[in-house]
Amino acid sequence: MPVLVFLDQSEGQVKKNSIEAASYAAKVAELAGTTAEGIILGSIPTGLAELGVYGLKKIHTLKQETLDHFDAQIFAKVIAEAVSVIGAKIIVFSNNVNGKAIAPRLSAHLKAGLVMGAIDLPVTTDGFVVKKSLFSGKAFANVSIKTEIKIITLNHNSYKVIKGEGAAEISELSVQVDRAKVSVIAVNKITGEVPLAEAELVISGGRGLKGPENWHLVTDLAKALGAATACSRAVADVDWRPHHEHVGQTGLTIAPNLYFAIGISGAIQHLAGVNRSKVIVVINKDPEAPFFKAADYGIVGDAFEVMPKIIDEVKRLKGL
Amino acid sequence: MKILVCISKTPDTTAKIAFTDNNTKFAEAGIQFIINPYDEWYALVRAIELKEANPDTQVHLINVGGPDADPIIRKALALGGDEAIRINANGNDSYYIAAQIAEVAKQNSYDLILTGKETIDYNGSSVGGMLAELLDLPFVSLATKVDLNGTTCTVNREIEGGEEVNEVTLPVVISCGKGVAEQRIPNMRGIMGARSKPLKVVEPQAIDPLTTIVSFELPPAKAGVKLVSPDHPEELVRLLHEEAKLF
Ligand SMILES: Cc1cc2nc3c(=O)[nH]c(=O)nc-3n(C[C@H](O)[C@H](O)[C@H](O)COP(=O)(O)OP(=O)(O)OC[C@H]3O[C@@H](n4cnc5c(N)ncnc54)[C@H](O)[C@@H]3O)c2cc1C
Repeated sequence: MPVLVFLDQSEGQVKKNSIEAASYAAKVAELAGTTAEGIILGSIPTGLAELGVYGLKKIHTLKQETLDHFDAQIFAKVIAEAVSVIGAKIIVFSNNVNGKAIAPRLSAHLKAGLVMGAIDLPVTTDGFVVKKSLFSGKAFANVSIKTEIKIITLNHNSYKVIKGEGAAEISELSVQVDRAKVSVIAVNKITGEVPLAEAELVISGGRGLKGPENWHLVTDLAKALGAATACSRAVADVDWRPHHEHVGQTGLTIAPNLYFAIGISGAIQHLAGVNRSKVIVVINKDPEAPFFKAADYGIVGDAFEVMPKIIDEVKRLKGL
Repeated sequence: MKILVCISKTPDTTAKIAFTDNNTKFAEAGIQFIINPYDEWYALVRAIELKEANPDTQVHLINVGGPDADPIIRKALALGGDEAIRINANGNDSYYIAAQIAEVAKQNSYDLILTGKETIDYNGSSVGGMLAELLDLPFVSLATKVDLNGTTCTVNREIEGGEEVNEVTLPVVISCGKGVAEQRIPNMRGIMGARSKPLKVVEPQAIDPLTTIVSFELPPAKAGVKLVSPDHPEELVRLLHEEAKLF
């Protein structure tokens, strides 16, 4: 009864958050005394077997052109059948866009208890209890799954990927695929930038930067570090920056290793989107800015004076 | 055209988060409750806009909750819902909630079912998908735009690093996020009118939840901010490089 992990892919590559889920699934399997296997739908990325290094013993593939377009209904149905063929009792997804669409459907289909947004390994000393994030990371709940089949979606950047050795065996599934009811008519990707949702380093600016003409203080640092850029809602609302950069309660929720906030007050709705970040740095001229309470490092100072020096120092360190 | 909007009651976005009863219950004392913002600003307002564009539309609201949810249901009616159903049950298992809603939805053949993309308290993001499965309907999640053209629905949905444009024939379940509509404030006429709109209370079906919450926790307190002098910003870079090892 292996642990099964859904390997979500985009543009011929398994997504980074699915690699985290795979590594997590391997650990869950180890704790349960079994092995972890992956499932991938649609085109097969090159070098798939290499995902064995994350602990997957086998990867089930279902190569069908129609599966290159996402339809939660079809994906859930195919995975449900694969679960019964494989005999999996624990199914892991990344809590990413597609995981959030498939896992609930699969849960209702299999009557399998679901925990969305897990942040740690299950504890099995008394039942099967998974810790999940609540209130965008401001609290946690320990949730007990009572059904025989269990489904977990793993929050991004919550589990450290463990890399070992080995290759996964590739095994072809034969499952009937229905016609999708949802058709994809266009994909609009923002190109040339580090995607914010998956970025490890994020540099963000607020109204304290006074206007879009000063954004080089954010983008220059981001460029030097290979970081993504973000902003507060106040900034997106006045169109200094595009809305897809807005983080917080009503925008994106992110959990990068570094969140570097420049001229952002740290309103509670803003914090809701970023407080799962590993390290928070705040640059603000107001020592009373609420953001300092959530920060790990900070400078009470004028961004226009300190940022150019910080950018120069990073460039020097990076040899740029 | 019949639209069902699922609305949930959540603590206000600025609520102080604490737990009581040996960390098994959310501390409700002094907390202001609101309609979950994703349900209200996006799902509900979009439903009302669709009704404004096509007056031959009925907007029904549904909530699974106790009588304490009635004030937020009235507010949703004030914003423009036509009638509401409250399934008189408390549950924090998403499957239990979705299955209760599905029982009601099955009797009403809705063309469009809208939910928020998640609740701001439980961050479950699962009622919409479960509901779609239980009703055997297609599901488009994390929508940023929802347009109707006859029975064809065009939905933009969030993907990593951008958006995807989907097309689907009604009926469909859609979970809504930012972009789908703009927040509205109920006007006096809406508030007065809401009092006489039907709010039907139905008893729940016998459905077993699939999960239970054992306990809640708060994150460990931060060690506190390490401040660097504004005269030596390069010291901050050194700390991030050598101590935090971020780059
Ligand atoms: C229901 C609701 C939902 C919301 N959702 C979100 C959300 O998702 N995301 C979000 O961000 N906000 C959200 N908000 C808005 C939020 O409450 C704040 O208004 C917003 O985050 C403020 O943005 P800001 O910090 O950029 O601007 P301000 O609050 O204006 O803060 C600017 C900061 O810059 C500092 N500053 C000024 N000049 C300088 C300088 N030269 N150098 C250094 N620092 C300087 C100031 O001291 C100040 O702290 C929401 C609000 C509500 C009511």
